[in-house]
Amino acid sequence: MNRALLSEIASLSAQHLELVLIAIAIASAMGLPLAIALTRRARVRRLAVGFANIAQTIPSLALFGFLVPFAGIGKTTAVVALCLYALLPILRNTLTGILGVDRAICESAAAMGMTGRQILWQVELPLAVPSIVAGVRIATVTTIGTATIAAAIGAGGLGVFIFRGISMFDRNTVLAGAIPAALLALAADEVLEWIERKLSPL
Amino acid sequence: MVYHRKVPAPALLEICDVSYAIGGRPVLRGVSLTVGEGETLVLLGRSGSGKTTLLKCVNGLVRPDAGEIRFEGRTIAREELIRSRRRMGYVIQDGGLFPHWTVEANVGLVPRLEGWAPEKVAGRVEELLRLVGLDPAEYRARYPRQLSGGQKQRVGIARALAAGPPLLLLDEPFAALDPITRYELQRQFLELRRQLGTAALFVTHDVREALMMATRIALLRDGAVELVATPEQFRAAQGAEARAFLAGLEGG
Repeated sequence: MNRALLSEIASLSAQHLELVLIAIAIASAMGLPLAIALTRRARVRRLAVGFANIAQTIPSLALFGFLVPFAGIGKTTAVVALCLYALLPILRNTLTGILGVDRAICESAAAMGMTGRQILWQVELPLAVPSIVAGVRIATVTTIGTATIAAAIGAGGLGVFIFRGISMFDRNTVLAGAIPAALLALAADEVLEWIERKLSPL
Repeated sequence: MVYHRKVPAPALLEICDVSYAIGGRPVLRGVSLTVGEGETLVLLGRSGSGKTTLLKCVNGLVRPDAGEIRFEGRTIAREELIRSRRRMGYVIQDGGLFPHWTVEANVGLVPRLEGWAPEKVAGRVEELLRLVGLDPAEYRARYPRQLSGGQKQRVGIARALAAGPPLLLLDEPFAALDPITRYELQRQFLELRRQLGTAALFVTHDVREALMMATRIALLRDGAVELVATPEQFRAAQGAEARAFLAGLEGG
C-alpha cells in the first residue's frame, strides 16, 4: 500500500470521526433534556417517540437528498441528517432508563422529602446511566455506518472512497473506505461499552 | 422535653373523614383516625382494604378526594409537604433502599437533605446503625445488594429514624422476612419504640403482628374503619371481620 493512500485514509477517517462526533454531541445535547422532559408528560411522549420512529424509517440517502435544497451541500447538512438518526436511540434509551427505575424507590425518595429535582438528579438519572450510555453507543455505531453516505453530498469522510470505488468499479477502493469505517465502529463500540461499565452505579 | 399541653391536646396525626376513589371505585370511605404522641396505631386489613392507600395519603403520595389530614396541628398542604415528609420516617416492605448508595448514604439521606454538617451526619449514621443492631464498621460501606433481607430492613428503619422524626409510617415492613428474622425485628422494633418514643402508623395484614405491635388497632374493611380497639379489646371483638382475623390465630 502506498503512502498517499494511507495518508488519505487517515485524513478521511479523521473527517469521518469529526462528522460522527459532532452529530452525536448535538443529538445527546438535544436528546437527553428532551427525554427528561418527556418522562414527565405521557401524552407528548407518545407523539415524540412516534415522530422519532418515523424519522428513523426515512432512507438515509433520501434524507440527505431531501435536506440539500434547504441546507445546501456539505458538512452542515450531513451533520443535521446524522443528528436526526442518532436522536432516536438516545431519546428512547434515556426514556426507558428513567421510566425503568423501580417506582417503589422513587416513591420512597419522595416520601423521605426529596424534591422532584433531587429525585431526578440523585436517584433517577444515576440509575438510568447504563441505559443512557447504551443508547449513545448504539447511536454512535450506527452513525459511523450512516456517515459514509455523507460523501454523496460532499461532506467528505470514508464514504468518499466508497463512492469513488463504485464509480470506478474498483473493489479495493470501496474496501479502503469500508474497512476503516467498520474498524471505527468496532472501536467506538468497545470504548463506549467500557464507559458504560465504568459509569454503572451498581 | 416539657410539653405545655392545652386541653384537649391535639393528636400528632389527625385523619379526618378522608375519602379516595380510583376510576369511580371507592378505596377509602370517610376514614377518621388519630395517632397520639408515642402511640403505635396499626392499620389491619385484608389486601385491598385501603390500608396502604391511607398510609400514602398521610405523606401525600396519594392526594385524597375529600377530607383533611393534620400533622403536628397543621394541615398537610402542598408547600408543607416536603417539611412534613422529612418529619415522617417511611419504611416499606423491601426497604426501598437506593441500590446505588451505600448503607451510610442511605441512612444519612434526610439529615443531609436537612442540611446537617457532614460530621454530624456521619455520627448520626453510626449511632443509628448501632441502634438497629448493625456494626457500623462492617456495614457502613456496603451496598443494599450485599445485605440480607433482614439487614436491608434494619437499614430501612435506621434511615426512617435518621432525622429523629416524631412519626414513622411503616407499610408491611416485616412481611417479606422469614419467620425467625421477622420475630427478631418485631421485638427490636418494640424496644426501639420504647427507647425513642416515636409514634407509628403501622400497616399489616398479619393479626399476630398487629396484636404484638399496636397500642391501638384500626380494622379496615373495604376502605372503611370497622373497629378501633386496643389489642385486649380486639381479642374480644365480636364483629365478623375481627373474628375472621382472630380465627387465623387459633391454628398456631
